[in-house]
Amino acid sequence: MNINSLIALAPLIAVGATAMAVMLGIAVRRNFMSACGIAAGGIVMSLWTLGWAARESPVRATLLMRVDAYSLFYMTLLLSAGLTVLGFCYDYFKAREGEHEELPLLLLTALLGASVLVCSSHFASFFIGLEILGISLFVLIGYPLNQVRPLEAALKYLVLSGVSSAFLLMGMALIYAQCGELHFSGIGGYMTSRDNINAMVLSGTLLIVAGLGFKLSLAPFHLWTPDVYEGAAAPVSAFIATVSKGAVFALLLRYFISTYSYDYTPLLTVFSVIAGLSIVGGNLLALQQNNVKRLLAYSSIAHMGYLLVAFIAGGISTGGAVESVSFYLSAYFITTVGAFGVVSVLSTPSMEADDISCYRGLFWRRPWLAATFTLMLLSLAGIPLTAGFIGKFYIFTSAAEGRLWGLLLVTIVGSGLGLYYYYLRIIVVMSMNVEATAINTAHGWISTTLLAVLTILLVWIGCYPSLLANVIQAVSYEMEWGL
Amino acid sequence: MILAALICVLLLGGFAAWFSERWSPTAPRWVAVATLTVEALLLALPYTVANQAGGLSSAWFAGFYLPWIPRFGIGFHLAMDGLSLLLITLTVLLGFMAVSSSWLEIKCRQGFFYFNLLMCLAGIFGVFLAVDLFLFFFCWELMIIPMYFLISIWGHENRIDAALRFFIFTQVSSLLMLAAIIALVLIHHRNCGVYSFDYFELLNTAFAPDVAFWPMLGFFIAFTVKLPMLPFHTWLPDAHTQAPTGGSVILAGVMLKTGAYGLLRFVIPLFPDAAHQFAPVAMTLGAVSALYAAVTAFAQSDLKRLIAYTSVSHMGFILLGVFSWNLLALQGSVITMLAHGISAAALFMIAGALQQRLHTREMGNMGGLWSAMPGLSALALFFSAASLGVPGLGNFIGEFLVLQGAFSVNRVLASVAALTLILAPVYALSLIQKVCYGPPSQHVHLVDAGRREWVSLGLLALACVWLGLSPQAVLKVSAPALKQEMHWSADEY
Repeated sequence: MNINSLIALAPLIAVGATAMAVMLGIAVRRNFMSACGIAAGGIVMSLWTLGWAARESPVRATLLMRVDAYSLFYMTLLLSAGLTVLGFCYDYFKAREGEHEELPLLLLTALLGASVLVCSSHFASFFIGLEILGISLFVLIGYPLNQVRPLEAALKYLVLSGVSSAFLLMGMALIYAQCGELHFSGIGGYMTSRDNINAMVLSGTLLIVAGLGFKLSLAPFHLWTPDVYEGAAAPVSAFIATVSKGAVFALLLRYFISTYSYDYTPLLTVFSVIAGLSIVGGNLLALQQNNVKRLLAYSSIAHMGYLLVAFIAGGISTGGAVESVSFYLSAYFITTVGAFGVVSVLSTPSMEADDISCYRGLFWRRPWLAATFTLMLLSLAGIPLTAGFIGKFYIFTSAAEGRLWGLLLVTIVGSGLGLYYYYLRIIVVMSMNVEATAINTAHGWISTTLLAVLTILLVWIGCYPSLLANVIQAVSYEMEWGL
Repeated sequence: MILAALICVLLLGGFAAWFSERWSPTAPRWVAVATLTVEALLLALPYTVANQAGGLSSAWFAGFYLPWIPRFGIGFHLAMDGLSLLLITLTVLLGFMAVSSSWLEIKCRQGFFYFNLLMCLAGIFGVFLAVDLFLFFFCWELMIIPMYFLISIWGHENRIDAALRFFIFTQVSSLLMLAAIIALVLIHHRNCGVYSFDYFELLNTAFAPDVAFWPMLGFFIAFTVKLPMLPFHTWLPDAHTQAPTGGSVILAGVMLKTGAYGLLRFVIPLFPDAAHQFAPVAMTLGAVSALYAAVTAFAQSDLKRLIAYTSVSHMGFILLGVFSWNLLALQGSVITMLAHGISAAALFMIAGALQQRLHTREMGNMGGLWSAMPGLSALALFFSAASLGVPGLGNFIGEFLVLQGAFSVNRVLASVAALTLILAPVYALSLIQKVCYGPPSQHVHLVDAGRREWVSLGLLALACVWLGLSPQAVLKVSAPALKQEMHWSADEY
């Protein structure tokens, strides 16, 4: 370990150190505001140190981690999302009774886990990152502590997370037994040295995919998603939907590229089935929902399916997968955090704003908030002027490049179904003419600012995606050719 | 430059209309009128260029280019030729009509209404001007959202279902088009090694045999859903019936034309071979839906529904003309687009005016209006006559040219489509019979057409007569553009 790798790991160290600082701060004096402040400062610091790390990259910092443009890009994404969620959390929890000081701490540790995941190039860091993330998450889901539903959700997540870890470990063990390697590039070396498909490695990879499928809530492993999203507090749901899924997806992609697992063509068939099931299942199940959080949960299942389409295309045609996935994830992050942000702004201590009736006539009661939510939903549906459209454009391009016409058709049908519920369920209700029932919700300036920033980003990327596209192109170039 | 200005003025006007509601609830409509006036003045410029077209080397007389997403070779590329100029003029004219017909009808949230109306027009302008396929798709989608809001917020009793069906039909079909656009670009990339969404670059894409059919089908479906054409027409009667009058005017007058424009501009020039093979199917669809919609129109009891079906019928002629692909039929299609835009918009305005007075669209509840409202009834008679294709008015010229052009390509289909000319008077006259004649119903105190209605409908009537008596003026503008399109696909034809 030399000074270079230390600098490259500075963002991780900053997050870890801030977590310690928050913990010590809580030990001295319980104050939600200062805990949030320290956490936010730490995340900003970590974002700042990413600049230093960028100068050292690409570098193999220790055996376990690889800091390159890819991991830096995703860390930026995750940390920014974490910061935004922290802002929403502050406004959401400050009005609620109970002691919430540990919440920023847990957010920090979850972010640490996620950052480790996107850097990891070794099974050990892979597993450690995933567990740090998972353990932090199920405590986070349990907030606010004195209510039943969050507790139930936390328990569900705990059990399923444990099961998925077991799958994952078994998969790693199988692969290790065959290759004798835990490092990704070592496994890659084994894969390229053999021509035929090895059954042990194949089943190991399948088990890993199943384990990650739980975290990503892909179709046959998605059953926990709606319950957990519904039970958790709105900002925490945003965190699960973005940071947790984004980090896991980034890891999956890195694993497949650096171990050459794409050469195992039977896996692509499995992925195609999973993608199709997720898209159709997620959208169909969303049709009957009256609960906005459950609806967003099902839509996130479908979105992971769309992402998987780009992921599969990466295995068929060279290049493009990292680019499409990264762009789609960026758009998805902005959109999902924004949508849950609106839910959290509307929620009051006495009532979570997750029933569709809370949104009736929102257009005329709080036009700016409704406009923001509409833009977020349009982006989820992939309508132009929003980042979601460019993301969908990337997915379509990848799918066409990989000649996945069947999956492309499923995506089109899924998008059609998706429109049906985003519109019928929410936008129509928001534009209904209803005399204002005076529900006064707390106005937090932090949430308002964050929503404004997210909306501007959404429209900006939707209208002028070149900047982000260029960054992502550079990242993907290094990832796919510079290994 | 002027093309970008055309779109920007509408966008700015839209926001201005929205915010002007703070000063006065009636300010937005004046802002909308002002915006459209500026547009009309801006349009004078291309016309002066078009009139000295004898000296122009190319059919395109204005262009605008900015790089947009260089990663995929996407540019903000606008260009205008005679075809787009005519359709834009129609759009501005009907924009005025939409504002005029919404003048008193829209009472709540006027700011947001005119914002949506102007945004919708901006999207339509983009569709008619874009020569970058990505930009085209962008605008194609963008014009749907404001229309969705127009229907779902200010529409009539079943507005939500109608708006939703409209949105889903167009959206899903346009995703097919997106897939087709991307496939086309990738094929071009494989051939030349460059990503480009530019229309002029893609025009000469070479296809392997049988490959071209699929992207062509993607485009075709998207455009025929919008047109709309026989199996895909079910969204239209509902959307038209439920929309507020201003929305119906834009929907029937201009938005349907975007489908026809797309067929003319993109499907055939980009895929000449595949389109040629597909032409008999497309022409059959056109002839059948012209006939079918005319029969269905006769069976309607709802005034707006009847007019909506006549639109489907007229669009059938356009499809027939476009796929005949000779200058005569193409000119006929263009004239039909303009003439139908005028007559259908006028009929929808009359239907809206009647609904505002009688609070019903059921023709069974009307009857005997001639004695109560002679002015409005006379206008209804005039535009019904225009719609059934009385010689001397615009629609006649269009239908005549289409049939003549189609006859030289496919006699059977042209003859089938000509049968519509028998059915058209049946539905048009039954409309007049049910609405204007017969025993007067119990309505009292009906106000005849006011000054605003006289001016706007009179303007449309004049346009209709002018189109019928001197179509040459219009044909001259569109001819260079159409000849050029035919030239591009001529090698294969």
